[in-house]
Amino acid sequence: MSAQDAFAAALLDPARPAPAGLTDPAGRPAGARFDVYRNNVAASLTAALETGFPVLRRLLGAEFFAAMAGVFLRAHPPRGRLLMTYGTAMPGFLEAFPPVAHLPYLPDVAQLELARRQAYHAADAAPLDAGALAALPPDRLTAARLRLAPALRLVRSDWPVAAIWHANTTPGAPPPGTGAQDALVTRPGYDPEVAALGPGEGAFVAALMAGAHLGAAHEAGAATPGFDLTQALGRLLAGGAITGIEEESA
Amino acid sequence: MLDRAPDPTATLPDAPGVGYKAQHYAAIGADPGAVRWLEIHAENYMGDGGRPIAQLRHLRDRFPISCHGVGLSIGGEAPLDRDHLARLRRLLDWLAPAAFSEHLAWSTHDGHFLNDLLPLPYTAATLARVAEHVDEVQQTLGRQMLLENPSTYLAFAESEMSEIDFLAGIAQRTGCGLLLDVNNVFVSATNQGWDPVAYIDAFPLDRVGEIHLGGHDAQADDHGAPLLIDSHGAPVVDPVWALYAHTIRRGGPRPTLIEWDTDVPDWPVLASEAARAARVLADAAAEKPG
Repeated sequence: MSAQDAFAAALLDPARPAPAGLTDPAGRPAGARFDVYRNNVAASLTAALETGFPVLRRLLGAEFFAAMAGVFLRAHPPRGRLLMTYGTAMPGFLEAFPPVAHLPYLPDVAQLELARRQAYHAADAAPLDAGALAALPPDRLTAARLRLAPALRLVRSDWPVAAIWHANTTPGAPPPGTGAQDALVTRPGYDPEVAALGPGEGAFVAALMAGAHLGAAHEAGAATPGFDLTQALGRLLAGGAITGIEEESA
Repeated sequence: MLDRAPDPTATLPDAPGVGYKAQHYAAIGADPGAVRWLEIHAENYMGDGGRPIAQLRHLRDRFPISCHGVGLSIGGEAPLDRDHLARLRRLLDWLAPAAFSEHLAWSTHDGHFLNDLLPLPYTAATLARVAEHVDEVQQTLGRQMLLENPSTYLAFAESEMSEIDFLAGIAQRTGCGLLLDVNNVFVSATNQGWDPVAYIDAFPLDRVGEIHLGGHDAQADDHGAPLLIDSHGAPVVDPVWALYAHTIRRGGPRPTLIEWDTDVPDWPVLASEAARAARVLADAAAEKPG
């Protein structure tokens, strides 16, 4: 075990003693001095998780969230050096974390918060003018694929995930109801927006994201009664989520 | 070496700068006060797009930028992360900052990023490794870097040389410059039982391209001895201002950063710290004979 192996192992495991050879100025064992580094690691990663998952923190309470973050960061220390992406393991962690087993919607809330963060840092892309879509004859539109903005994210949930998110971020938002909900994250400009999708809209967007022709995506959406193509396309256009039309060369 | 024309703003002025925080964007635009340049943390601008990068593109047209890395892990036992170095290169290519700096520390181990500046023993073997890493950074980036002295909370029994000899040795081998964090000097000197003024007097000030000032917390160790923690979350304390004034009188004016990264205050508080640095610089200039 190298010196930094031992140092790093003790940093993340409070039960381990400080590595040998670390001292105070008088040559005595470092003791609490080593704990400064332990605290810095835990506190800075906890702060990153607090910044990244504000709704989870609100749902769980600050104290519980901090304690849970301490468990999470030891099980899943960051794999990359960009803290803007830290926490992708959170949904899976929550699914298997017994103290929150009674809150089965939390993994999807975490997924939505991750999606917002990814959207915030995604590449810029000029949105398509709404007129470009309307100008295309229906048969060509059906056969076309839509180029989608890098910021677009879809979170499909068995829980009212968008409503839960809004109820915990928007003053005056109604309390979430019950039932499955698909949430769309778009970024018109620089601020990500979260919307609850209508019937069939999640399947429609999922098909578009998978590269389906607009006609096939329409069919996927229309499999659910009440699907409204105009509303679905309008929402994507308003969110700056469509950046181009790709037609197979005639 | 660099495939672009030199940027006209490509030097930091011997004046105050602040660590840039997004919540101050509008206030800085309206009235930067004594602030003449800005420092950013490289890793916060390695996303693909969005507001952070758009803001930075605007700011770089108005202020010289110092780019401060916190993730290279230059002191790590493992080789430098080539992917991260490439990301850094891409950032510096469009940003064309006036300075690039990193820490004498390690922060990554076994693929895990620990997000803290961890300490190194000052030995010949460590010096050789760090110098190799600094060489690689400078070659990859095509520019000189500044290496920052750390805040330390403990000592290594195996250390063979002083921190200053270690830093001077790296600078001599690699041609890198140094970033002198005067708060780190005060913190480490208190924690290690050094004389902070003697540290400054022995430091190779001619190598210093930038100075950092920041706040710290005070605790005690197991034996009741003072244990200062670098926090970047409080005003610069008077003894650090005095040590800074001593540094400037001895080494001449330098670009001086106010670092405030946690519990970030409203802009006027940060601006007043920058104004105080400007006064120290002006007072030292006025004292100069002739």
